[in-house]
Amino acid sequence: MTTTAVQRDGISPARYVEHVMGMPISLALRGRHTRDDVARSAWAQVMSELQTVDGIFSTYRPDSFVSRLRRDEITVQDCPPEVAEVLALGEAARIESRGAFDVHLPGPGGSTVLDPSGVVKGWAVERAAAVLRQLTDTDFCLSAGGDMTCRTADDTRPAWRIGIEDPADPARVLAVVPIRNGAVATSGTAHRGSHLIDPRTGGAPAGVASVTVITDSLTWADIDATAAYVHGANAARWLETRPGRTGFIVWSDGSTTNVVPR
Amino acid sequence: MKRIVMFLMGTITVVVLLFGYHTSTSSKAAGGETAFVSTLQAGVATTSTSAVPDTTGQGKPTTASTTASVTSAPATPTTTSPTTATTTAANSTVTGTVADTRWGPVQVQLSVQGGKITSVSVIQYPNGNGRDEEINAQALPILIQETISAQSAQIDMVSGATVTSDGYVTSLQSALDQAGL
Repeated sequence: MTTTAVQRDGISPARYVEHVMGMPISLALRGRHTRDDVARSAWAQVMSELQTVDGIFSTYRPDSFVSRLRRDEITVQDCPPEVAEVLALGEAARIESRGAFDVHLPGPGGSTVLDPSGVVKGWAVERAAAVLRQLTDTDFCLSAGGDMTCRTADDTRPAWRIGIEDPADPARVLAVVPIRNGAVATSGTAHRGSHLIDPRTGGAPAGVASVTVITDSLTWADIDATAAYVHGANAARWLETRPGRTGFIVWSDGSTTNVVPR
Repeated sequence: MKRIVMFLMGTITVVVLLFGYHTSTSSKAAGGETAFVSTLQAGVATTSTSAVPDTTGQGKPTTASTTASVTSAPATPTTTSPTTATTTAANSTVTGTVADTRWGPVQVQLSVQGGKITSVSVIQYPNGNGRDEEINAQALPILIQETISAQSAQIDMVSGATVTSDGYVTSLQSALDQAGL
């Protein structure tokens, strides 16, 4: 486990990076607690929380509760209460997305495979960020593999500036969004290939290159970004129906659409 | 742990039967704030979709009240007294009681149409110190005229398709983390 904390001056945020759930977790801190013991302790708690969640929900670990659930070795009642919470969120997301988001994905031979991963990431990071919200007079931006939740404790400090990656060239950014308190999540296939499928058809969504959703909680930013992406050419139309969501959609042809909250 | 399961099941069944509802009209007040400043640059082909009304045309109640409802996060379980604005019996939104879980309060809201649940919203769930802080979700992404490097955009973090640990080394975020910009 390696942790790096870099702070060049009083203005630049201190940064921490570790890996869990196969993803890099990046934390930026500004304000009172950046490199002191309080900050390091909070960061350790964030990572500990995410590792606990990984132990429950990982579909890669055969001994996780979700893996055992998939093998019908146990029921939801045998799992920690977080499993029921996540499955409830998944069901809410399925209904609200008109089926574009589903924790039950088409499996081989017409079977259905339980995969709550689409809920877990945003939910877990938002949950883990709770300890950072307790830091007095401290701003944070906590990112898990490109999805983040942010807080600015002092309005005199600048908003966090979040760059939105160009899906055609991940080395560049297409847009910048200033965030004080809120979350940003992007779904696309730039780094992992076609891993996003339409649970209703099993096919890959078409027409859209990436969808970024900005809203108050990372739980729903992450879910809605995935759901909107799966809606493909209808991504903007669906996102417009969602309360309090700001969207930034990059289409396959490189054109973009902003969706403003209602 | 059985408690939460019971809560979830109980909420969905009991709440529909017992509680009143408020209409989609009343919930509109929640989503009406559009006080953002549009600093969008129309350099790249940009389609502003701000003026588009509800194009779904399905006439079903929306859950626009969700963002407003999460501002209070009581630390102890409380029983909400759902609003009871009466219009048509066909469409209604019902809000469940707040269940206190290990992590904090959880509350679910249902939209019911013709006796069937058409949507479920988790309007409150544990989030640390609640949602009392101002949320600036209205902040619009500002398009950059030409795509530029992270340094010249002065960004703190990069949002993009999920980066794996393997891919992280070459990612923009990695550069930002290392530079401590």
